[in-house]
Amino acid sequence: MSIDYQQYLSTTAMGLEPSGIRKFFDLAASMEDVISLGVGEPDFTTPWNIREFAIDALRDGHTSYTANAGLLELREEISKYLQRRFQVEYQPEDQVIVTVGASQSLDLAFRTILNPGDEVLIIEPAFVSYTALVTMAGGVPIRVETSAENGFKVTPEQLEEVITDKTKAILLCSPNNPTGTSLNKDELTAIAAVVEKHDLLVVSDEIYAELTYDQEFTSFASIPGMYERTILINGFSKGFAMTGWRLGFIAAPQELISIMIKIYQFTTMCAPTMLQMGAIEALRNSSEQVEKMRQHYWRRRNFIVQSLNEIGLECHTPGGAFYVFPSIKKSGLTSEEFAQGLLEEEKVAVVPGNAFGASGEGYIRCSYATSIEQIEIAMNRIGRYMESLVRSKNTAMEKVK
Amino acid sequence: MKLTNQELNILAILDENHSVSPKSIAMQLETTEENVNKLIKKLEEEKIIVSYPTLINWNKIEGKETIVAMIDVKVTPQRGVGFNEVAEQIYRYPEVSSLYLMSGTYDLSVTIEGKSMKDIALFVSNKLATIENVVSTTSHFMLKKYKHDGVIMEGNEDKDRRMVVSP
Repeated sequence: MSIDYQQYLSTTAMGLEPSGIRKFFDLAASMEDVISLGVGEPDFTTPWNIREFAIDALRDGHTSYTANAGLLELREEISKYLQRRFQVEYQPEDQVIVTVGASQSLDLAFRTILNPGDEVLIIEPAFVSYTALVTMAGGVPIRVETSAENGFKVTPEQLEEVITDKTKAILLCSPNNPTGTSLNKDELTAIAAVVEKHDLLVVSDEIYAELTYDQEFTSFASIPGMYERTILINGFSKGFAMTGWRLGFIAAPQELISIMIKIYQFTTMCAPTMLQMGAIEALRNSSEQVEKMRQHYWRRRNFIVQSLNEIGLECHTPGGAFYVFPSIKKSGLTSEEFAQGLLEEEKVAVVPGNAFGASGEGYIRCSYATSIEQIEIAMNRIGRYMESLVRSKNTAMEKVK
Repeated sequence: MKLTNQELNILAILDENHSVSPKSIAMQLETTEENVNKLIKKLEEEKIIVSYPTLINWNKIEGKETIVAMIDVKVTPQRGVGFNEVAEQIYRYPEVSSLYLMSGTYDLSVTIEGKSMKDIALFVSNKLATIENVVSTTSHFMLKKYKHDGVIMEGNEDKDRRMVVSP
């Protein structure tokens, strides 16, 4: 008997748009010798002392559950870390939860604050999961499109335009994936005024905080008046090169955390114990290695921004993360056509900008989480690809003449 | 001597790969090629950059395998010149690839490279041990090089295990 599974599926789940990256991944994965600038994670392996600590934890038999919010010892380290690095104070006992990746922190935040129909402003281009996470929690994602003209920074005016009485929160991500854009203290303060005026919350995804290059990173929670309105999300993936560990954390006012912890206890129980032990070591003894990785990214960023501009792919200098977001409008192609052609002809993988929202059309995301040698080869290939595009455009024009 | 941040950054890049072009260094550090060339020249003159050796794994090449021995040498220091004179006599031999003055139970650590164990044994008995003021030698033959000057010779540590595209 054949079953019509459609009838069983949830309309919310069915309605989710598949990630624009997926299609591209399948194509790139089927090819050999690809240089990938399409990777959203560090090229460094987790520092050895952190790995060793987790191995020891496993050997010593740390295999049972921890408290729902995570090991108190780890939460204490997180609390000290947030204070030391970003000057924000959270009580380890009742203001911090260790989650399975920062993505789960986001999920937890939205499930905790959204009622059906509540609107969340999402600044695009944005990380692929944001709209889906809001939708799954019953909310309505409202896209706010930024543009290259002001370095993909959102302005208070743009926010004012879309705020309604249903708006509950703004989701901020600085430094940003995919644009690398960082918002400085003044820019955050301007946004804070809007938040205050409309009595909103801010979910602040600060996962790239450690990877800030030109000025000190400012946590949204440190802006005067915003601590009470901020759900701060961070984790170990990017700065500490621990993506595969799936460890993130959420810090917020106690009144919000106490509700989150209920959801967390029913869905997840706790993050893996032995990995939490590794994270303790990460926060205690790896600042030198984190700094060393940051230096590498900084040098690569400088290199790739100049190379792309020399090739003619106009590109602003992003203040953080490990992405650049150059314009490919000069090629006359769409983002997807450009990326596909580049992959097929020169075996360089990048992610088409429209995967991160409509305002990403005309751009590509290049990750510089790869060695400078590889970046150099990739830039040569992209240069050659651009030349061939210009050449074929010229011959086409001559034919028309 | 104190160096600027830019000079330290140049050293960090060259320390990893000395064949990086001045143009690439300039782009990485947001400066001009001219400035990079000038600073490198200065660092060379100051003997902060001493040389640019290439790390070659000779043992992967047939017929080019080398044997390395580290030899602990005890020496009677001499009045006025200490260990320097003996050291000089030792490091002049081309077979000696490195020489360090050590604290502890012996004085000089000598690294010798040769084509065979016999080569090295002959060098130690005929040359090294006969130098005046050398009291004793203890030879240790190196069996395998795992890591040299911060570089892992073979291994999986640097293998890229990431998916080719990810969000």
